[in-house]
Amino acid sequence: MNQILANSLTLASPEIVLACGASLVLLVDAFLTDRQRGISYLLSMVTLALTAVVVASLPEGRNVGFSGMFVVDGVARFLKLAACGTVAAVLLYSRDYLRIRGLFRGEYFVLALFATLGIFVIVSAGSLLSLYMGIEVLALSQYALVAFDRDSSIAAESAMKYFVLGAIASGALLYGISLVYGVSRTFDLAQLAVFVQLGGASNIGLLFGMAFMVAGIAFKFGAVPFHMWVPDVYHGAPTSVTMLVGSAPKFAYFGLILRVLGEGLGGAVAEWQGMLIVLAVLSIAIGNVVAVAQTNLKRMLAYSTISNVGFILLGILAGTSAGYRGALFYTVAYVLMALGSFAMILLLSRKGFEADRIEDFRGLAQHRPWFAWMMLFLMASTAGLPPFVGFFSKLYVIQAVLDVGLTWLAVVAVLFSVVGAFYYLRVIKAMFFETAAGEVVVEASPSFKFLLSLNALSVLALGLWSGPLSDAIAKAFH
Amino acid sequence: MITLPHFLVLSGILFSIAVAGIFLNRKNVIVLLMCIELMLLAVNFNFVAFSRWWGDVAGQAFVFFILTVAAAESAIGLAILVVLFRERKSINVEDLDTMRG
Repeated sequence: MNQILANSLTLASPEIVLACGASLVLLVDAFLTDRQRGISYLLSMVTLALTAVVVASLPEGRNVGFSGMFVVDGVARFLKLAACGTVAAVLLYSRDYLRIRGLFRGEYFVLALFATLGIFVIVSAGSLLSLYMGIEVLALSQYALVAFDRDSSIAAESAMKYFVLGAIASGALLYGISLVYGVSRTFDLAQLAVFVQLGGASNIGLLFGMAFMVAGIAFKFGAVPFHMWVPDVYHGAPTSVTMLVGSAPKFAYFGLILRVLGEGLGGAVAEWQGMLIVLAVLSIAIGNVVAVAQTNLKRMLAYSTISNVGFILLGILAGTSAGYRGALFYTVAYVLMALGSFAMILLLSRKGFEADRIEDFRGLAQHRPWFAWMMLFLMASTAGLPPFVGFFSKLYVIQAVLDVGLTWLAVVAVLFSVVGAFYYLRVIKAMFFETAAGEVVVEASPSFKFLLSLNALSVLALGLWSGPLSDAIAKAFH
Repeated sequence: MITLPHFLVLSGILFSIAVAGIFLNRKNVIVLLMCIELMLLAVNFNFVAFSRWWGDVAGQAFVFFILTVAAAESAIGLAILVVLFRERKSINVEDLDTMRG
């Protein structure tokens, strides 16, 4: 008995380290003056690094702990390492931005760490109960983060919208879980998979519950028609929070949809495929078309997120292992591009000025040619142009969709990405072919500039040499 | 005799009232919080009914987790509401429309 418990605790050691680290930051931060706040930042970074080391040292293969409620497999390890790296990058990017605005407070780090904990629990969930707990830990941290700038009226408004719509999403997901429990008598995803295989797929109660769960997941992902919160939250939140909300949680939602639909309800793929097709087509279409009309860059990136979520769903709805691999590749590529794009906004922002309109990027090529090229890489990659990683990620998911015979869907996706290329090119046009209204000021620290350059160049490098990333993903799914 | 379908219908009705309340209410944000609470309680009703029907205690254990999370959720919701009221001097749902595009 004690051996079993010890094994379970070993599997959960990254979560334990992370939770202890976050609590420690919370405690230490209470005793610091504003000038010593850098200590909280350093402690958070150390916690993330330690957690990543513990994740990397977990045993290979698929291991199950806590009576099946907690699963550590290749995908979970991959997603956890990716989430750690992403959150660390977000913290580094946001340091100067927060300090200048008087928002450099301990809560930011504590909430970011707890959000990471939520991501960890979601991607390792082996039962609907642990899945729900992870979702709530992540969501509650995010609501608080969005409202974190207490003097901003639009931040409070967007936090309220996010909270209400997020709560509806949790409600829908829970209602779905209750119906699935009602017909299958289990919360365990492995047992649910057996139930579905043994003919549960045609059970009307299961289908009804599944529809509610898909709606809840689509809400979390921000897929049309459940996307209303995305533009407002991206626009209203402080940019460093937008960056956090728009990057690392995507790994969690990929894990969520993989665990629920891929593993638990894998036998009912024919039933959920139709729902995901509707979500994916609407997301790609509406995301790309509405983005064209935006003048605010954060709002434009929000609609770009919606269309990219559509592409991630394309990979999932294929229901094949190539599809899941393509979707994970897409998620990693998208998170890299989102991090870089928001970092560009942070780079040009300074005290009392948010560079969140497209016209703020005018003439960047004359004043700061290096960063104009970095932004060019990021935008061209998000638009899906070769040889950047965005092109290959789109290629993989479309290939997966073609393999299952949904040719029309692939055609629709490609057509709308052509529409989408227009608004990314508009940013590039502003940077290279228009002149700045005033001075373009860049006050970022050397570490910020280095990380941003690395981030943007990795978008090019992963496009030219996508082998290592594809291999790592293939190994994760092995 | 009250059977499982009775419970399910009741919980379905409560859930629908909650969702309708969220989308129809144009006046007060606190009513939104109440609707969210009602929604979670409707789900709890479902869990308890199924748990009793199956003779399986896991469903009732789930309810405890939902109740705990609901408490945390209303704490955060009310905190955001306080911030919002300080900024706007209003908790009217119709005033939550300053962002467009």
